[in-house]
Amino acid sequence: MLWSTLMLALRAIRRNLMRSFLTILGVVIGVAAVITMVTLGNGATKSVSDQISSMGSNLLMARPGQRFGPGGAAAPRFKLADVEAVRAQISGVAAVAPVVGSAATAVYQANNWSTSITGTTNEYFMAGNWEIANGREFSEAEERSGKAVCVIGDSVRDKLFGQQNPVGAEIRIKQFSCEVIGLLKAKGQSAMGSDQDDTVIMPLRTVQRRLAGNLDINMIMVSVAASASIDAVKQQIELLLRERRHLSDLEEDDFRVLDTRQIADALTGTTRILTLLLGAVAAVSLLVGGIGIMNIMLVSVTERTREIGIRLAIGALEREVLLQFLIEAVALSSLGGLIGIVLAAGASIFLAGLMSVPYIFDPAINLLSFVFSAAIGVIFGYFPARRAARLDPIEALRHE
Amino acid sequence: MSGNAPLIRLADITKTYGAGQAAFKALRGIDLEVARGEFVAVMGPSGSGKSTAMNILGCLDIPTSGHYTFQGVHVEKLSRDQRALLRRNFIGFVFQGFNLLARTTALENVELPLIYRGTPTAVRHAAARAALKQVGLEGWEDHTPGELSGGQQQRVAIARAIVTNPIVLLADEPTGNLDSHTSLEVMELISHLNRDNGITVLMVTHEPEMAAYARRIIHFADGQVDNDAWQQQERA
Repeated sequence: MLWSTLMLALRAIRRNLMRSFLTILGVVIGVAAVITMVTLGNGATKSVSDQISSMGSNLLMARPGQRFGPGGAAAPRFKLADVEAVRAQISGVAAVAPVVGSAATAVYQANNWSTSITGTTNEYFMAGNWEIANGREFSEAEERSGKAVCVIGDSVRDKLFGQQNPVGAEIRIKQFSCEVIGLLKAKGQSAMGSDQDDTVIMPLRTVQRRLAGNLDINMIMVSVAASASIDAVKQQIELLLRERRHLSDLEEDDFRVLDTRQIADALTGTTRILTLLLGAVAAVSLLVGGIGIMNIMLVSVTERTREIGIRLAIGALEREVLLQFLIEAVALSSLGGLIGIVLAAGASIFLAGLMSVPYIFDPAINLLSFVFSAAIGVIFGYFPARRAARLDPIEALRHE
Repeated sequence: MSGNAPLIRLADITKTYGAGQAAFKALRGIDLEVARGEFVAVMGPSGSGKSTAMNILGCLDIPTSGHYTFQGVHVEKLSRDQRALLRRNFIGFVFQGFNLLARTTALENVELPLIYRGTPTAVRHAAARAALKQVGLEGWEDHTPGELSGGQQQRVAIARAIVTNPIVLLADEPTGNLDSHTSLEVMELISHLNRDNGITVLMVTHEPEMAAYARRIIHFADGQVDNDAWQQQERA
């Protein structure tokens, strides 16, 4: 009975192909919109979290801050001894790198480019998820003696050398010339939108001596071992630094330890909320599509009054007529859902390419949208179907 | 079911539409018995109540008062769905306006009552083809009503009515929309079904030539049976 009713419904849909298509257009667009929005939103979230993990995963960054209160002078900088203390006394640490930052213009032949100079150790490459594309890291001797060597980012290579191989070349930075010993693999934009590849990295001592002129450390980068808890390591570092900076219990921290995971959570949280919001707006259009189906089904019932009369006269039960129209509505809306899913796949792939976010097929949202579109058929098809089933056969047969 | 009990018995049937001042009495006490295998023509002017009577006989409507027994079952006590089952299993309808499903092939139209009976597809196809063959439409199975003449359409409708092997065929002016030649063809078909298949036929008509095919003619006037006569002459 159910099967033949389904065949009846499909036959009725086929008989009115054009109108059936227009009927389901609302659901098609609704389903396509919901899936596309959620898929693109997921892609954006993924892209943000990818960018953050490209900064280095499980990364803690300690920076000196401002001390508040009377006579609040600038907080003291870190020294190399602080870095050594972190390395020696904190467990669960995979890499510790001191960072001294400076800005300078790099010159090669006729090209010059204003970039940021980072003084650090080889551990910086590990903590920051950097890979050497060409050349090598610093040697121990170079680090110890503060030799004028550097590893450059891909953007600097592009501005100064074009397509040439930079390794072995000498670039001028301020008053000294510096040998390029390595080229970093490109990482692209950071989550905050800055170009991570616009950088020149030198041994710590080189920058301290030749550019900064002091032995301060701007930042300590700590990469937490995968097995260790980030929160625990962060807490240990805070305690250690408080102790080393002789802060009493009453005094606030005069430094901050930032956690990339916190940044990641904040940023992906934002994109998730946006995804939800866009998905909800799209869901409203799905609802409107459902009302469209109800409208057409009501017209269809009126138009097919005579047909319903015939069916009732030859012995169709009320529930059989109800079921036929209900199945017709569900078949229509599910068909709309299916077309919507296909359309959404196309639109998502196209738009993801345009917005340069990854396309991630999400089976859950596809399934959910399909089930929802079928449910819309039941909900909005029920009222017209009940109206059809309750027709008086005599009246219906007389209907012109 | 006892062999001698009439197939259909109407006892003091009345039907009133509306209520109070506006009430209209379409039927004012009908008594009628029809035995199995009869061919009855129902005649009468418009508004005489013959259509109302046919609706009640066809279990499409229930009387305001009185008793209608069909095969010993009190129809007036049945629910809407129970009456639908009665129609499905025992009654075939032929209408003046054919009432075929548009854009649906002759075969599918004839199959329709069997679908509601839950007949398996293969059996259904065979039965529908056989019924179309019986009404002389072999080879027209895949044509839609729009591609058929009026006479052919009415024959499809008759095939649809008899595909379930009903006990009673109710025909409401089956020739009303047909020319005289086609009308005679359709009447031949109906009287053949009555004679050779033993289907009881109740037919409303305006035309004496058509009524002449029946063996019994009932005249309605003002909601009552005016005259109920048996005809002696038998058509060859």
